[in-house]
Amino acid sequence: MYKNFFRYLISAIFLLGFSVNSNADFKVGFVYVGPTGDHGWTFQHHEGRNAVEAAGIKTTFVESVPEGADAERVIRQLAQSGHDLIFTTSFGYMDPTNKVAKDFPNVKFEHATGYKREHSNVSTYSARFYEGRTLLGHIAGKMTKTNTIGYIASFPIPEVIRGINAMTLAAQKVNPNIKTKIVWVFTWYDPGKEAEAAQALIDQGADVIMQHTDSTAPVQTAEKAGVWSFGQASDMQRFAPKSILTSIIDDWAPYYVERAIAARDGTWNQQDTWHGLKEGMVAMGPYNSAMGADLVKEVEQLQKDLASGKVHSFTGPIYDQKGNILVAEGKVADDGMLAGMSVYVKGVEGDIPK
Amino acid sequence: MIKIEKRNDVPMALYFFTPFIAIILTILGGGIIFYILGFNPIEALKFYFITPISNLYGFSELLLKATPLCLIAIGLSFCFKSNNWNIGAEGQLTFGAIVGGGVALLFYNQEGFYILPLVILAGAIGGMIFALIPAILKTYFNTNEILVSLMLVYVSKLILDYLVVGPWSNPEGFNFPETRQFSDSSRMPLLFEGLRIHAGIFLALAAVMLSWFILYKTYLGFQIKVSGLSLKTAKYAGFKGKTMILVVFMISGACAGLAGVGEITGPIGQLHRMISPDYGFTAIIVAFLGRLNPFGIIFASLVVALTYLGAETAQIFLQIPKYTGQVFQGMILFFLLASDYLLFFKVKILSLKKNELRH
Repeated sequence: MYKNFFRYLISAIFLLGFSVNSNADFKVGFVYVGPTGDHGWTFQHHEGRNAVEAAGIKTTFVESVPEGADAERVIRQLAQSGHDLIFTTSFGYMDPTNKVAKDFPNVKFEHATGYKREHSNVSTYSARFYEGRTLLGHIAGKMTKTNTIGYIASFPIPEVIRGINAMTLAAQKVNPNIKTKIVWVFTWYDPGKEAEAAQALIDQGADVIMQHTDSTAPVQTAEKAGVWSFGQASDMQRFAPKSILTSIIDDWAPYYVERAIAARDGTWNQQDTWHGLKEGMVAMGPYNSAMGADLVKEVEQLQKDLASGKVHSFTGPIYDQKGNILVAEGKVADDGMLAGMSVYVKGVEGDIPK
Repeated sequence: MIKIEKRNDVPMALYFFTPFIAIILTILGGGIIFYILGFNPIEALKFYFITPISNLYGFSELLLKATPLCLIAIGLSFCFKSNNWNIGAEGQLTFGAIVGGGVALLFYNQEGFYILPLVILAGAIGGMIFALIPAILKTYFNTNEILVSLMLVYVSKLILDYLVVGPWSNPEGFNFPETRQFSDSSRMPLLFEGLRIHAGIFLALAAVMLSWFILYKTYLGFQIKVSGLSLKTAKYAGFKGKTMILVVFMISGACAGLAGVGEITGPIGQLHRMISPDYGFTAIIVAFLGRLNPFGIIFASLVVALTYLGAETAQIFLQIPKYTGQVFQGMILFFLLASDYLLFFKVKILSLKKNELRH
């Protein structure tokens, strides 16, 4: 009996030592598509990384990794050099992430905004940014005098179309005469193109500008022209303090910390995560006092209702541009429909580029 | 007062030795930068230049990265040797990838041994056609080939953008800006299981051999070299300048096109917007570092490829900003040009005489 006891004791000590040891070596890697900078998509992921670091977990990042042939090498190097969990933070890393994951079954991978989870050690995650767009739409509908909202869009993927539709639906609810004008710039980051697009929209009568691109050029153009605008990805207030009504903020920190701890403690599971205002993955920047106290109160209430699920961004009846019903009255769009969204709702001008 | 004089007796041995001086100066300069940034320079340089190739996988990645650089630089050497300044290899690479990728997409659901050769050929022809534009404009309309070839880079990227967003985008890809994956028959065969180095490296080696043969063993090569040394002499000797310009641009474009096709049928496997991290521009550094010599270019492409890999490793292990890679590439070119200048010119510092100032 004593013999058994000692055996258990020794193995317990050994296991304890082993697990403590592996905890100390636990490392998380991040792959960024852009420079860390001071605003925008990559900056927000970097903030998330800082939070993981603050939680006492070692991290590494590689910035400006092109989404071509180089991505696979960087991801593989991170896996090879003892990183236990790797976040690949751009859509273009989808195939390389899955490819490397196959060769490193003991390393966990988290790919942002993708849809392929080919191996059990690959999770995907994204945010319900469209909930933020609903709030922007409500504000824009109330603030516009010309009933024209200008929207700078990047690529005609479901994510972007969802944002346009959510915004338009919310704006129409408070102002039925709303028209959404869109300029497609086919880039995520190009200050020159974005500024031109903003100016073109302003010239066409838009007095509220919003963007699904990463630079501060649109809000600065709006500030100069004296029209309203919204920040994207980060709080962009300091770049256009008069013009910006609020910003949609991507807050990856809570998710990153949670997943890093789960991976360290061995409770990590494959998931497809789609978090929104409720979980805090989507957050709102400070509201501009020019909105007036009543509107701020309204928007804050709507924010709470979206978070609690009382209000859904895509509640029927929703019609497409031709007037066909997409979502029946009293119903809400399911996640499958949202994930594959590829038509505009009524009130959006123009066609989706094909 | 400083006076600059041309040297009369430049030893040719030194001419081929200066690239090494440039590399050594770059490494020293890099060490100083690392020191200023607060890193241990020896350790940083180790992670930069040794760690990336300390295993088989790393070595394969080095060759993978050097392959397109070498191919493009070989092509450029024909242009540069004959005084034709083709700056648009990136555009020719992109257009080659578009044409080659188009053929690969035609066969996306088919298998067959003939598909890959067709794709490669299409890529070479695509690059060639795209390089012919500045060549024809130069020979028949006297335009400046530097500007035309450079501007065409942006044209080719916009064409690629249009195709992957629009007509060629993957119908099952939720409108993301990328095409379908190519079928296995359109992919470059891998040389070793588990490594990414592919058969494209043989294209680069063949280009090296062929260019050596053309440049040093044929009449065309002689014409190219004479034109590079003196256009007037070439004219006097009765060389057909226009044909030669067209030929060197076609060779250059074909090589860049092959590099593009090698990337999309090798490690990438489809067309999307980011098929090249500016290989076409970096290859200009490679061509000059290699002294426009086929074998020098092999060596230079390996060195420059290493700066890419080193930048990644240094960031992973020491969190040194990845942009130091571009700093290194810039420094190599800077030190090379500087040592060339000092090789061909001497700087004399003359003492000022008072009466000279009165002029």
